[in-house]
Amino acid sequence: MTELLVGTRKGLFALDGEPGLPFDVVARAFEGQSVEYAMRDPRSGRYLASVTSWFYGPKIWTTDDPAGEWQQADGLALPEAEDASLQRIWVIVPGEVDGLLYAGGDPGVLFESHDGGSSWELNRGLWDHPTRPEWSPGNGGLCLHTIAPWPGEPQRLMVAISAVGVWLSDDGGTSWRHSNTGIVPEYLPDEARDNPIQHCVHDVRRAPSRPERLFMQFHGGVYRSDDAGGSWVDIGDGLPSDFGFPVVIDPGDADSAYVIPLVGAEDRTTPGGKVLVWETRDAGATWSPRGTGLPEADAYLTVLREAFDSAGSGKALELYFGATSGAVYASGDAGASWASAAMHLPPVYSVRAA
Amino acid sequence: MATVMLRAPLSELCGGRLHNLDGRTVREVLHALERSYPAVAGWILDERGRIREHVNVFVNGEHGEEETSVVETDRLQILPAITGG
Repeated sequence: MTELLVGTRKGLFALDGEPGLPFDVVARAFEGQSVEYAMRDPRSGRYLASVTSWFYGPKIWTTDDPAGEWQQADGLALPEAEDASLQRIWVIVPGEVDGLLYAGGDPGVLFESHDGGSSWELNRGLWDHPTRPEWSPGNGGLCLHTIAPWPGEPQRLMVAISAVGVWLSDDGGTSWRHSNTGIVPEYLPDEARDNPIQHCVHDVRRAPSRPERLFMQFHGGVYRSDDAGGSWVDIGDGLPSDFGFPVVIDPGDADSAYVIPLVGAEDRTTPGGKVLVWETRDAGATWSPRGTGLPEADAYLTVLREAFDSAGSGKALELYFGATSGAVYASGDAGASWASAAMHLPPVYSVRAA
Repeated sequence: MATVMLRAPLSELCGGRLHNLDGRTVREVLHALERSYPAVAGWILDERGRIREHVNVFVNGEHGEEETSVVETDRLQILPAITGG
């Protein structure tokens, strides 16, 4: 039995089930509010949800029971003296120290919690970075959407911001350097492509079995880094589109990754009305479609960056993705076959296998 | 003291719907509300001290802003805007 936490435009849904059969909705919370992201901290069992009230702004809430009472976390605010306000929290990720969690949000901000998510403080190293005045937002805002700790090394951290790029820290987030070498921002004129900022990264995942390896879905391009983000190589050949949002890797195999290509930047739907997940088993040298059981015609889905996740590894790797249509699909055999887990949820913003 | 009138969920954060608070402007009254009920901090005013975009503050039935003057007999209603989706 797998528990899915599905963040939607109209609340959080907790689903239970197994790939191949419809999942049951076992809890709903934050009715009517946008839940950008929800996850369960595997260390504590605690649930955390990023919720943005249209009226009252972004908050993080925590609970031990998603069907019970939730508590509002403290400290999620920008410095009062600044002319900026927190717009959204995009992602919450466990750190490499007990009780440590990170949250990324808009406008390009990183928060840290040292008590399991009850209270948060702004990472000043990134907030005060001297290049910040040059940062510009993507279509979804100036969102810090990717946080990738290094397994076993709490000082090493990578974050990614749209449309700014990849940032690396070797001192636990005290100082940051950008690292976009090799990425080609084709949406910029030729003479502007050497700009080290302005990189619209959509998602990055680190291979836990080989932490120096990262896979990236860019605004136009799929990239891999084998040197901890120091440089990037284009591995998008063979895909029907180099545009998409999420990327997922097999935790047990650093050569295996999955993307869901969408028609380029304006359309943002599954190409030709056919839903396919594309898999590489050789670190991006070749790609193969995986769509058995997914809609084959007249299905124009948009899958957002946090709406694709996995559980397990290897041949039993479970894959889950949700679409803004409200459908959630599941595979229990590493993408070889798929079935719907839920069909009629509100627009899906995030999917996490708890 | 001005009277602040709240609806859920703000009234739940502040332990009730009606509150008598000091302040010469809307911002000062709302800051007084936050001091009395820290749980509501960040819900009506953002970090900059501005009323959130989709929250409306009415002073005696007239739309108010942060610097709108408030006197002791005024009634402030805090309402979500008729927006959203």
